[in-house]
Amino acid sequence: MADARPLPLLDRRLLFVTGKGGTGKTTVAAALAQLAAGRGKHVLACEVDAKGDLAALFEAAPTDFAGREVEPGVVVMSMDTEASLREYLKLQLRIPVATRLGPLARALDFVAAAAPGVREILTVGKLCYEVRERNYDLVVVDAAATGHIVSQLAAPQAINDLVKVGLIRSQTDWMLEILSDPRRTGLVAVTTPEEMPVNETLELAGRVRAETTVELSAVVVNRVLPELFGLHEEEVFDDVYAHAEELSKLLGGDSGPLLEGARLAVTMRRTRAGHLQRLREGLVSDAESAGAMTPPVLYVPYLFSRAHGLRSMRQVAAALGEELGL
Amino acid sequence: MGEPGPQPDDPAPPGRPKEGTLDGLVASKEIVIACGPGGVGKTTTAAATAAMAAYHHGDRVLVLTIDPARRLADALGLTSNGRGHGLGNSERRIPDEVFRDATGNSPRGELWAAMLDTKESWDALVRRHAPDARTRDKILANPLYRNISGRFVQSHDYIAMERLYELHAQGKYDLIVVDTPPTRNAIDFLDAPARMSDFFSSRLLRWLTASYRSRVMNLASRPFYQVADRILGTDFLADIAEFFILFQSMYAGFVERAEAVTRLLSDWRTTFLVVSTLEATPVREAEYFARALVARKLPLGAIVLNKVLPTYFRDRDAGSLAEQLRDGAGSVADRLAGSLGTDPSLTARVLQEVAESFLNFGVVARREAEQQAELATRPEVLASVPFFDADIVDMEGLLRLGATMWS
Repeated sequence: MADARPLPLLDRRLLFVTGKGGTGKTTVAAALAQLAAGRGKHVLACEVDAKGDLAALFEAAPTDFAGREVEPGVVVMSMDTEASLREYLKLQLRIPVATRLGPLARALDFVAAAAPGVREILTVGKLCYEVRERNYDLVVVDAAATGHIVSQLAAPQAINDLVKVGLIRSQTDWMLEILSDPRRTGLVAVTTPEEMPVNETLELAGRVRAETTVELSAVVVNRVLPELFGLHEEEVFDDVYAHAEELSKLLGGDSGPLLEGARLAVTMRRTRAGHLQRLREGLVSDAESAGAMTPPVLYVPYLFSRAHGLRSMRQVAAALGEELGL
Repeated sequence: MGEPGPQPDDPAPPGRPKEGTLDGLVASKEIVIACGPGGVGKTTTAAATAAMAAYHHGDRVLVLTIDPARRLADALGLTSNGRGHGLGNSERRIPDEVFRDATGNSPRGELWAAMLDTKESWDALVRRHAPDARTRDKILANPLYRNISGRFVQSHDYIAMERLYELHAQGKYDLIVVDTPPTRNAIDFLDAPARMSDFFSSRLLRWLTASYRSRVMNLASRPFYQVADRILGTDFLADIAEFFILFQSMYAGFVERAEAVTRLLSDWRTTFLVVSTLEATPVREAEYFARALVARKLPLGAIVLNKVLPTYFRDRDAGSLAEQLRDGAGSVADRLAGSLGTDPSLTARVLQEVAESFLNFGVVARREAEQQAELATRPEVLASVPFFDADIVDMEGLLRLGATMWS
């Protein structure tokens, strides 16, 4: 399995994008979808938590389970486990739920609500189904946050352990086959160069390896601050800082905020550089301990931009495209 | 709400909590629930609030954290790398030395910390509510139960509120500060107790289990079991049915408990802190959450805005000064050369970078201010915490953060 060169990220068929809350997971998922579509791929982007944020990044109205093309090549859908169950019953068991077996659907949905693994499998199952049927070249999932993703990805295995026979068992088998194939399925972890997101990412790398069959294919570090000063420049800055009054006189105004702002930027960057280093080293040692390849780390710069939606997502996509060598 | 304010003839001694501040709000409550979107510093905010109350108010304070990443352990310096261990479900007292090392003083009160162990809490719940030892053992051994309690994170929602109730009912603490679980949707945990009692009182559930128990396949349930057997396999279905049947034996206890938990959340002694940053998505979620609290008549005490850039980045005069410096860095550098004694071209580059950086952060600071204006729901207290240049990893940091929230 360990090829010399990693497979290009967007050449896979199913990418789960996860990340701690606030790291920009949804933006990165949208950006990956857009990059792939820009290279001529037909892409399904699926939002798992149905908040409508993914469609909003394309400046589109909220989408539903059926999905809608929000820009050429990108179809956005929102996961709905009830609809997924209905589709599953119809397609796999040829049971037309809405008409004949309404109470059954309700009962099964109830089972799904009570035994949460069922809900997860309905999510992962729908996504794997789209891959198996080759309805799209690539399925990008704005997946559960780092705290939940492992149980989501491990659901087919968990169900497999629980259910020994029956239709569900044969269903989870083909799902596991897709999920376990690193040429088809990958996990992208989004983080920021901050303490807790880096901790969670490293923890995730270990758990994904131990508890799921999915490969961690890339780590995206979002909001990387630029280095303010080059070699020797920081000493000059310290000198300028010590002559703040003189600078204020020359400028005819208080230079204090400018100098404080620069100092804050420098220390913020320095703190973050330490976390970045910790991330890189942690990923290497985690991979080495398992005899695997270290996932590539992709950097997205901090955006000093006033925009939020499509515009900033495009900027993230451009940065990711560069990192991926597209 | 809260305590009566200071009387006119009762001059407030210095250091007494002020009304309209987080300090005053926390001083008048027994339960503080920190909630909001993920990644905004909820855990740190909760820990800082608890540390401040223990240090200044002289209360016995417990901070209860839920997060599987065990971040509280980090923030309290109990572990070195975030793969926390040693906190467990039981409460631990933070040694006074930790405060003394940070400030030179002992805390006036006590700070305790506990982490939620979902599996352990579920098991405790089953032990409490099971009608007899046989049922208890059967539930604990049921594969479906083991899966739900151990593997699936959603069960955090209910168990967190349940554990809060239990701790509060013990009466051991003046104040309990809770860090809420990272739910898919920030308000999930509010509805968790109600969902739990709905679940157990559901007619559908009773129908399902009653018909399975009797095994007299009546006309109504036969098609269901035929299809369900096909889909799920008979063993799994038996596990499900057993699980439901066993859980039903705990019905009364569970529902009563869930209702008590719901009452506690809306009690006047409870308050909610909605924590957010000023990024667009968290602000939208925080606003949604604040509205949800108000709609449920739950006490929204404060909104705490974290990691806010310093206001000087938005100062107009400073902004024009930065533009002036950017455009005229060369001549300013020449005129500074005498005092600095460095190469003016190097100085010019540094000055230009200072100016550019200021203007860049100015854009972000203005974007943040616009986001703050979007927050329409007004709580009693709106606290704003600056962007700390270093991580908050120890008691000193927590108290430094707490001091900026307090005032």
